[in-house]
This record gives sequence, C-alpha cells and structure tokens, in this order.
Amino acid sequence: MIKTDICIIGAGPVGLFTVFEAGLLKMRCHLIDALPQIGGQLSEIYPQKPIYDIPGYPEIKAQELVDNLMDQIKPFDPTFTLGERVEDLEQQADGSYIVKTSDGTQVHCQVVAIAGGLGCFEPRKPEIERLEDFEGKGVAYMVKNPETYRDKKVILAGGGDSALDWTIYLADIAEKVTLIHRGDTFRGAPDSAEKVFDLAKEGKINLILQSNISSISGNGHLKNVSVLGKDKESRDLEADYLIPLFGLSPKLGPIANWGLNIDKNAIEVNTFDYSTNVERIYAIGDINTYPGKLKLILCGFHEAALMCQSAFKYVYPDQKLSFKYTTVYGVNSF
Amino acid sequence: MIINLEVEDRNGETQTVELPTEVNLNLMEALKASGYNILATCGGMALCATCHVQVLKGLDQLPAAQNEELDMLDTLPDAGFDSRLACQLKVNESLDGIKVKIRGDEH
Repeated sequence: MIKTDICIIGAGPVGLFTVFEAGLLKMRCHLIDALPQIGGQLSEIYPQKPIYDIPGYPEIKAQELVDNLMDQIKPFDPTFTLGERVEDLEQQADGSYIVKTSDGTQVHCQVVAIAGGLGCFEPRKPEIERLEDFEGKGVAYMVKNPETYRDKKVILAGGGDSALDWTIYLADIAEKVTLIHRGDTFRGAPDSAEKVFDLAKEGKINLILQSNISSISGNGHLKNVSVLGKDKESRDLEADYLIPLFGLSPKLGPIANWGLNIDKNAIEVNTFDYSTNVERIYAIGDINTYPGKLKLILCGFHEAALMCQSAFKYVYPDQKLSFKYTTVYGVNSF
Repeated sequence: MIINLEVEDRNGETQTVELPTEVNLNLMEALKASGYNILATCGGMALCATCHVQVLKGLDQLPAAQNEELDMLDTLPDAGFDSRLACQLKVNESLDGIKVKIRGDEH
C-alpha cells in the first residue's frame, strides 16, 4: 500500500500546486487521476490555448503552465497513480483514510484533498440499446492494447481525430476494419482524413459514411452490429469488437457517494479552510462551491494554500504550525 | 435590442427567452444565465461540445459554423445537420425568432 500524508484526487493545476503548499509544511502528497496524464482539463482539452489570468504571466499556454507546476513541485517529490479512478474512501479507526481506485491501488493518508475539477473524464457513449451489456465483451471506448485486435473484425465509430488515427493504425493489424461516421466528410486532421479515404479506395478498410449504429447483438460476446444509413438503408456487419470514439465528457462519478454535501455537482465547503462536511476531507478548485465561488485556476491556488494550513493539524497533531515565507526560508526539498 | 428565442429543455418543455444583445454574450452563456443547466466544460472554446443545441427553427438565418465548431460536432454521437454549439453563437439579431433544443451534457 502507498503511504502518504495528503492524497490528492485530481492532477490538474490546483492538485499539482497543492503539492507545493503541502511541501512547504513538510507534508508529502500522492496524486491520483482518472486520465492517463497529468494536467487535467489543461492537458486534455486545451493544451495549446493561452491563459491570460495567471498572476505574473501576461500569457501562458495551458500545457506550459502544467509543465511549470511540475517543475515547481519537483523538490517535494510527489508520487502519482494515473489512469485510475478513485472509487472509495475508507476511514480507519485512527481517523486516517485508505483511498481505493478502480484498479485496486490503495493509498493510506491522513487527509484527502479532492481537486477533481469537473469530475472524471469518461468516454461519451452513443445511445445504442444494450451497449453497456457488451462492455468488456467486445465493446471498448478506448484502444488500450492494439494487439487485442490482431486478426479480428473491428468496427470503429466516430468522426474525430482519434477515430481516424485508430482506423489507420488498426488497418494493418486487424483482419477487417470498418469505420462508421455520421457525416460524409472528416474535418479533423486533413492528412489522416485523406489516408482513411485512400485506405477505403484500396479496399484495406470498409468506410461507411452518413450512417449510425442502430443496434448491436451477440450471445455473451459481441457478434453483430447493425448500421442505419441516412438513406434509411440498413445493413448488418459481423464484428468481434466495436470501438465507439466520441470524445470524453466529465462526470462527477463516485464522488457523489462519499457522504459529502453536494450542490449542483459541486462539493460544498467552508471558506475558512475549504473543508467539507466530513472531517479530513477537503475540496478545492472547480469541484467545490461556496457563496461567491469563481471557477478560476488562481482561486484554486489560493484555496490550496489555505487548505494545507488546516490539514497540518491532522498530519502533525503534536506540532504547532508556524507560517513561513519562501523569501525567508526558501524551498527545502524532502 | 432585445431578441426572443424559443428554448426547449431536455424534458421537452418550451419557453420563450428574452435576451439583450448589448451584453456581448454567447448563447451558451445566455442560456446558463437564464437558468438552463448546461455543463460548458471548456467555458466557450468549442472544445467540449457540452453546449450542443439542435436548431429546430431558423437554422438558415445563423452565421455559418467555423471549422473548429464543425470539428467538435463531428465527435458527437448524436449530432445532426441542425446541430450547433451554443458557445459559438453570439447573441445578436441573427438569433431572433429561432428555436433551439438543448442536447448537451447536464451539469
């Protein structure tokens, strides 16, 4: 089991900066994020967009801010669990917590800081009856290991970059690749779109445009996918796998089940220290709400600083906290 | 000026919404300010598609969608020819009299 002082749920800008504020007070942090990379929304949604309201930076690209934060927290040696969703928080007899993830990782900590932004990014699922019955039995929303699809019949659905990229990639691996797209053009990366049209012309993939999946079936495992065209023509395709790729959408997820006061998908906190109604659990950044809340990165940074001051008493119950400026004491790494 | 548009929510209820054009809002912001529940993850950058609306009336009077909006709509499973992202529609006279149905993710 991983042992730390503060377990931070969410590795976006606010979660990352919490490591710094905690580190100044000699508290160690472990971060968990459902996404496979750090940076939260900034890296996942708008890495190349400039941000203009970070104090001291007239303009900074989102990914650059994430990179800078990683540099800033390096002295405090944070550890990470990425690509796993936190499912459960279990309080121990001594008040500490064990945080459990979807993949069975366990983190023992004194304090939990939820910096989960808008929740976990989950694949957007098309509305197809019984789709969920076939999850893990032929239906997947991301390509984890391309080898799974070797010599199989694979159907992809979607019109974005990832649908194009995986169609091209899997064309060499799978026995048969079919791409189903609602429109008749692809506006994503022109190079990839051209390649997909070329592969279709060469007969290396099966491209079905202006169509949607109408139903799926199988006996224990996916076997058939029915497609309905704009022209109302229906066709049945044999399939070992179906991979719908329609981007990611944030969901609050398991956070809703932890006994915290929730208002409109945000966690209510006390602005004194951004604590929730449950002792030792704090919520900071976009995921919290209070009168006057502004969803700004800079507000999340402020919340992280105050939260760490309050969390100190759980990590070092016998010590008195004395506030020190970095200008006087510098940054003392672990 | 004040414009009027009809808004159908996720439950199928339609209401007429009055919006001023002077405030420099986009339709996503204006709908949120009018109490509609729209997630708007990316805050209006045409990067998340959670403000997806279907234009039931007046599609032709709207300014054409730019590439980044069309790219994003392409990623949605339930987008149609009449789909737009509310964040890319400026609240101005082009929206007067249209009818939209809210389709994107809830908050």
